[in-house]
Amino acid sequence: MRQVMTGNYASAYGAKLSRAEVIAAYPITPQTSIVEKLAELVSTGELKAKFISVESEHSAMAACISASIVGARTYTATSSHGLTLMHEVLMWASGARLPIVITNVSRAMAPPWSVWADHMDSIAQRDTGWLQFFCSSNQEVLDTTIMAYKICESRNVMLPAMVIEDAFILSHTSEPVDMPEQEAVDSFLPSFSPELKVEIGKPMGFGSLVKPDQYMEFRYKAMLAMKAARERILRVEKEFKQVFGREYGGLLENYRCDDAEVVLVAAGSTAATAKDVVDSLREKGQKVGLARLRVFRPFPHEEFRALASKVAGIAVLDRSYTFGVSGAFFTEIKGSIYDCPKRPAMKNYIAGLGGRDITPKILEKIFDDIQLFVKRREETDVEWVDVAGLPRRWH
Amino acid sequence: MPKMTIPEEEHTYPGSTGCPGCGANLVMRYLLKGLGERTIISIPACCWAVMPGYWPSNCLKVPLVYSAFEATGASISGLRAALDMKGVEDVTVVGFAGDGGTVDIGLQSLSGAAERQTDAIYVMYDNEAYMNTGIQRSGSTPWGAWTTTTPVGKNHDFKQEQKKDIMAIMQAHRVPYTATVSVAHPEDFIKKVAKAKAIKGMKFIHALSPCPPGWKANPMYTIEIARLAVDTHVFPLYEIENGKVHVTRKGKGLPVSDYLKLQGRFAHLTPAEVSSIQSAVEANWAILLEKDDSGT
Repeated sequence: MRQVMTGNYASAYGAKLSRAEVIAAYPITPQTSIVEKLAELVSTGELKAKFISVESEHSAMAACISASIVGARTYTATSSHGLTLMHEVLMWASGARLPIVITNVSRAMAPPWSVWADHMDSIAQRDTGWLQFFCSSNQEVLDTTIMAYKICESRNVMLPAMVIEDAFILSHTSEPVDMPEQEAVDSFLPSFSPELKVEIGKPMGFGSLVKPDQYMEFRYKAMLAMKAARERILRVEKEFKQVFGREYGGLLENYRCDDAEVVLVAAGSTAATAKDVVDSLREKGQKVGLARLRVFRPFPHEEFRALASKVAGIAVLDRSYTFGVSGAFFTEIKGSIYDCPKRPAMKNYIAGLGGRDITPKILEKIFDDIQLFVKRREETDVEWVDVAGLPRRWH
Repeated sequence: MPKMTIPEEEHTYPGSTGCPGCGANLVMRYLLKGLGERTIISIPACCWAVMPGYWPSNCLKVPLVYSAFEATGASISGLRAALDMKGVEDVTVVGFAGDGGTVDIGLQSLSGAAERQTDAIYVMYDNEAYMNTGIQRSGSTPWGAWTTTTPVGKNHDFKQEQKKDIMAIMQAHRVPYTATVSVAHPEDFIKKVAKAKAIKGMKFIHALSPCPPGWKANPMYTIEIARLAVDTHVFPLYEIENGKVHVTRKGKGLPVSDYLKLQGRFAHLTPAEVSSIQSAVEANWAILLEKDDSGT
C-alpha cells in the first residue's frame, strides 16, 4: 500500500513490520517522531512489544543489549549526541555479537549547536563494529530496516546495524512510500532465534573476562562476520527484490558509471540529488556518473577497485571531516584503491556540514571541478565547499 | 543442636577469584541462597565482573550478563522486558553492582530503573571504594577513610566528604522495598532477599561488604568487622517496605572505635575525629529509631 510518510515514520514502520519485541528509546531532535510513532503503535496494540522509556541513549542501547541477549528482537533510534553517547555500548553490542538494529538520524555535533544534517555522528562510529547503511529515500529507510534484521540475524553475521537517514532532509520530509504487507514481511523475515542466549538452567556468562591468549580470537571472529556480512547484504537484497520488487544497488550503487570519465561518490540524501545532476549533465554530453556509497561498513573495497579501473577521476563528497586528515570516505576510498594498477585522480569535497544545503548547482560545480582536476592536478586535494572567506566559486 | 535456618543448598561452585576474606563472595552466596537458581544476574564492571572466573568459566549456577559500568539499571530493565515478551514470569532479574557502579557512575541508570519500577532486585555490595581498580575513593567511601586517592599524607587528606545515603536516594524513588544486609547476619540477609523476591517492582538491597585489602584489615576479621558495623550502628540493619521503616537488628550500641580500630584505613584518625564519627553515627541512629515502625 502506497502512503505518504516522513523518513522517521518509515523508520518506525520498518521496526513495526520487523516485529521488534523490545524498543528502548530516549528522545532527541530530530529522531523524536520515530519513537513517538512506535510508542503509539505499542499503545494501540498494533505492535506487540515492550517500550522502555529510558533516561539516556546510553541506557537505550544497554537495555537493547540485555534484551537481545535474552533473544528478543530489539530496536532503538537516535541522533548525533545520542549516538555518540552510545559509543561505548555500541562497541558492547557488536562485541557481544547482538543483531540490534537502530536508526540514526544523522545530525551535526555541537558546539556550536546544530540540529541539521551532517554525517559526523555516524562516521565517528565507524570503528564500533556495526554495519552502516546510508539511505537516500524514505522507501529505502523502511526497506533497509527490514533487510538489516535479516542480514544481521544470520548465523554467520550476528552483528548490529545502523540505518542512517539525513536529519530533516529525510527524517521530516514526506515522500510516497510503499508499505509492504505484514504477511509478506513475516515470511521474508522469520522470528529471531539465536543459537546462544541467556537461559535458566544454562549458567553461562555473557561477556566474561578473557585472557590475552583468547581475546584476539573473539575479534578475529567478528572480523570474519563483517566479511560475511558483505555477501549476506547482496543476497538478502536479491531476495528482497524477488518479494517486494525493489533493490538499492548493493554496497555501492553505480548510477550511469559504465562509460563515465568522472564519478561523484556521495552518501545519503545528497546522492538522490546527484542522480538528477548526473542526468542533466549527461544530457549536455558530459560523461559523468554517481557512485552512491550505500554501505560504509562493511566497506565496499571490491566495488571501489572495480570503479577505479574504469574512470579517470573520482570526486568524493564528505558531509563530515576528520580533523588532521580529510573526509573519512575520501581516506578510505584512497586506501582501498592504493594498489590498483590504474588509479584515477581523486579530490575530496567537504560540503553540507551542519545542514548547509548541497544544491544541484554545487554538485554541478563539483563535476566541473573534478573534470579540470583530472587534467591539471592541483596542490590541494581537499576542498571545503561554500565556506565564508574562501573564494566564492560555488555560487 | 540449633535449628538450621540457612538453606544448605549452595548455588556457587568453588573457583571464585575473590581475595581471602572477601565480603562480596558471601554477599553473592547468601543472595543466591535466598533467590535460588531461577535467577539471571547482570553485573557491571566491579570485583564480581572478575570473580566468576575467566571465560569460559562461571563459578555461579545462574546465567550472568555482563554490562558496561554505568548500565546496570538499564540492563535489568532490558532483561525484564525481554523475559516479559517471552512470557517468562518466574525468573528473578538481579542487578549486582559495587558501590561506585551504583552511587556514582551507575546512579543515572539505577534511577531510571527505579522510576520505571523495573521488576528486579538491585544489590549494591558496598566495599566503600573502587576496589577492583585498587582502592580509589567513591561516593560511598565514608568520611575519614584512607584510600589511594584520599591518601592522608602530611596534610591529613583523608576522605573529607560524607558517604552518599543510597538508601534515602532509593526511598526517594518510592520503590516498594529496600533493605540493608550484612554478611555477619545471614539469616536476616536471606530473609530480606526472599521477601524482595516476592514483591513486584524495583527492590534495592544494600549489603555492607568488608574488603580486607581495601580496608587494610586482616581477612580473618571480615565477619567480625561486619558484625561490629551493625553493633556500633555504623551500618544498621533495617528494611523499608512501602515507606515503613523496620529496624531488624538493634545491635549492641558499642563505640565506633571498636569498628574503626580493626581497619587500617582509619588508623590515622585522631581521637577528636573518631568522636566526631561517633556523634554522626549516633545522630543517624536516632533518626532511624524515630522512623522505626516495627513497634518493638
